[in-house]
Amino acid sequence: MTTKAPDMAEAEPERPVFQLVEPSPWPVRGALSALLLAAGLIIWIYGLLWPPWMVFFVGVFGVAATMIGWWREVIQEAENHEHTPLTRLSLHYGMILFLGSETMFFVAWFWAFFNTALFPADSIQVVRDHVIGGQWPPQGIQMESPWGLPLLMTVILLTSAAAVTWADARLLKNNRWGLKAGLICAISLGIIFTVIQAHEFMGASFNYSGNIFGAVFFMATGFHGAHVIIGSIFLGVCLLRAFLGQFRPNEHLGLTFASWYWHFVDVVWLFLFAFVYVWGT
Amino acid sequence: MARTATTAPGSKPSDDRLKGWRGYVYSTNHKDIGTLYLSFALFASLVGTFLSIAMRLELHEPGLQFFTNPQYYNVFVTAHGLIMIFFVLMPALIGGFGNWMVPMMIGAPDMAFPRLNNLSFWFLVASFTLLINSLFFGGAPGSDGAGTGWTIYPLLSTKGHPGPSVDFVILSLHLAGASSILGAINFIATILNMRAPGMTMHKMPLYVWSILITASLLVLALPVLAGAVTMLLVDRNFGATFFDPQGGGDPLLFQHLFWFFGHPEVYIMILPAFGIISTVVATFCGKPIFGYLGMVYAMVSIGFIGFVVWAHHMYTVGLATDTQAYFIAASLTIAVPTGIKVFSWIGTMWGGSIDFRTPMLWTIGFIFLFTVGGVTGVVLANAGVDRVLHDTYFVVAHFHYVLSLGALFAIFAGWYYWFPKMTGYMYSELIGHIHFWLTFISVNILFFPQHFLGVAGMPRRIADYPDAFEGWNYVSSIGAYLSACGALVFFYGMAEAFYRKRPAPANPWGPGATTLEWTLSSPPPFHQFEVQPRIS
Repeated sequence: MTTKAPDMAEAEPERPVFQLVEPSPWPVRGALSALLLAAGLIIWIYGLLWPPWMVFFVGVFGVAATMIGWWREVIQEAENHEHTPLTRLSLHYGMILFLGSETMFFVAWFWAFFNTALFPADSIQVVRDHVIGGQWPPQGIQMESPWGLPLLMTVILLTSAAAVTWADARLLKNNRWGLKAGLICAISLGIIFTVIQAHEFMGASFNYSGNIFGAVFFMATGFHGAHVIIGSIFLGVCLLRAFLGQFRPNEHLGLTFASWYWHFVDVVWLFLFAFVYVWGT
Repeated sequence: MARTATTAPGSKPSDDRLKGWRGYVYSTNHKDIGTLYLSFALFASLVGTFLSIAMRLELHEPGLQFFTNPQYYNVFVTAHGLIMIFFVLMPALIGGFGNWMVPMMIGAPDMAFPRLNNLSFWFLVASFTLLINSLFFGGAPGSDGAGTGWTIYPLLSTKGHPGPSVDFVILSLHLAGASSILGAINFIATILNMRAPGMTMHKMPLYVWSILITASLLVLALPVLAGAVTMLLVDRNFGATFFDPQGGGDPLLFQHLFWFFGHPEVYIMILPAFGIISTVVATFCGKPIFGYLGMVYAMVSIGFIGFVVWAHHMYTVGLATDTQAYFIAASLTIAVPTGIKVFSWIGTMWGGSIDFRTPMLWTIGFIFLFTVGGVTGVVLANAGVDRVLHDTYFVVAHFHYVLSLGALFAIFAGWYYWFPKMTGYMYSELIGHIHFWLTFISVNILFFPQHFLGVAGMPRRIADYPDAFEGWNYVSSIGAYLSACGALVFFYGMAEAFYRKRPAPANPWGPGATTLEWTLSSPPPFHQFEVQPRIS
């Protein structure tokens, strides 16, 4: 890099730095499955075929199969030492950017929340003001205390995030028992969170439809809950791979990314708890 | 230290395309995927153009000649807009030229995530399928298709369209959005991580910068659209009331969310065009772009400010006066970095030896016509004036100048510039010149009179109009038919180039073409820069 002429430097055989990916069937299968899922949703809603849910579930199956097949391919490539340090760096950037896009997605739902919650008596919104009674929460909406179950859910998620961090730290010291124990803790707490959330949903005194509070509350917390489920599955796959002996102390992108995702889910919950549950009541 | 590429040790390296249909369908090669995108954009442009010609045929004279149910006219308006934006401009500028040129320009063998690249393309095909489907299902009572405009505002798009059409449009936008977000992630990782040794950020070609900034806008803006159209979906089908005041909702919420995406979207469409223009100007003036750093940071500023001006699309909804005042000021500031770019392009040409081959014709056309479109945008940024001009043909003229006479001209500039590199054939300069002049004249005949119509008060998105507007509508429609002839000349020119097969050298343009793709053969090898070049 210092004394060699530039063309000489390029001539010497180098450790491979990039990963060129082989042609793969998964992208086109994934897109086709997404198409079936989308069309199937409409077919189901409007009852255009019989049975109405068939195309939708074919699409769901296709999307799931694509995710499994594709990510299995990636894991195989990683275990096959095809991932160079540069590939790993690219994957880090990719995951960060993906989480950035997820953040902006939640921005939209928080915007919807604040749009009414901050201005419940906006004089230009004549009908809305009348319907919600110029207040937030709207008239007639009974919210439970945030310091009951919601606080418990906050503690659960925070503990779960700590468990994942602990698991990652154990792996760095090659303590595989700690890795598995931490993951099991994190996943269990995630499942408990989901169960409590479902209980809360079913017991809510307000409905999802027909009112803005229900719409915003259930869609924002619902999308969050969906991300908790996705994150739990992601951690579950990590647990499976841990049992299979994968993940090295210095190279465990799957676990790192699952951990980042889980922390992201946790932060979104903290915002939900602070603004929708505490400030909003 | 040189950096090399590899496939899995012990596996068969794919040093050429797979045989048969799998070669393109399963592709993980940025050039092949770029070709897929360009072909797709070409096909979609035929559909989009057909829709626009049909509209101009209707508007040729007062009275309803073809669209006896005027709701169908609204359906054509909507489909035309969505197709041109999501299935022509973006795939051509970003998916097509971006995929083809960015890896080569930074000295990389491919994109950071080649398989994800392919998914972005096929998602777009799925999205287009859903959009076309929407045309054939019930929309508003008594007609098929979504007649909402590309902006799909509720409550017209919720209560006003009880049939499945708008749901197809919503899901189409979901998939197109996913396609672009994943593609954007791919471009950012590639550009940040895979540049050849010695190519610092401040040595990157301006086209690469433009794609980097565009990709950043995509990652941040598209998810908000996703949220907005999901709210629309649940309002339509699951009884939610995000936008229905009777349930405590707010139609303006949709407009805010939509335009928070929608304004960056227009910069997403124009920034890659700026990148192409900078590239072609430098090449055909035989000197580097004037003020490289100014150009870079002008694009960064445009991208950044573009996120905080969205409500200039909403001046007539009843926003507070102070709010409107802010958005006026913020919108006007974008003229500064944009002006920097226009002056820098002119500054590059100044004192240069200008080669007026076809790519440069399109480029000079762009600089002039985009500026015209830009200044009408400055007019519209003023809320007081916009109060009168909103939803008139003045707005239609403005955005068609910056898009059809801006972005589209840049696409043709890039097309002619890179056609020899991509195909290995030279196009005919004579046909290229005819294509340019015919198009230049006809699109000005098409769109310039629309300024007059707008100022005179003709509303947009209407199938019929009062007799007073007859004259300029007639002229505008003639322009439309002529520009369709221009498109025919384009297709003839392409067919002629593929038939004649005049071989193109590695660099047909001379010493002004300084980016790395010109060091490769025409067409380039399946994999290039497996050992990265060192940049001084």
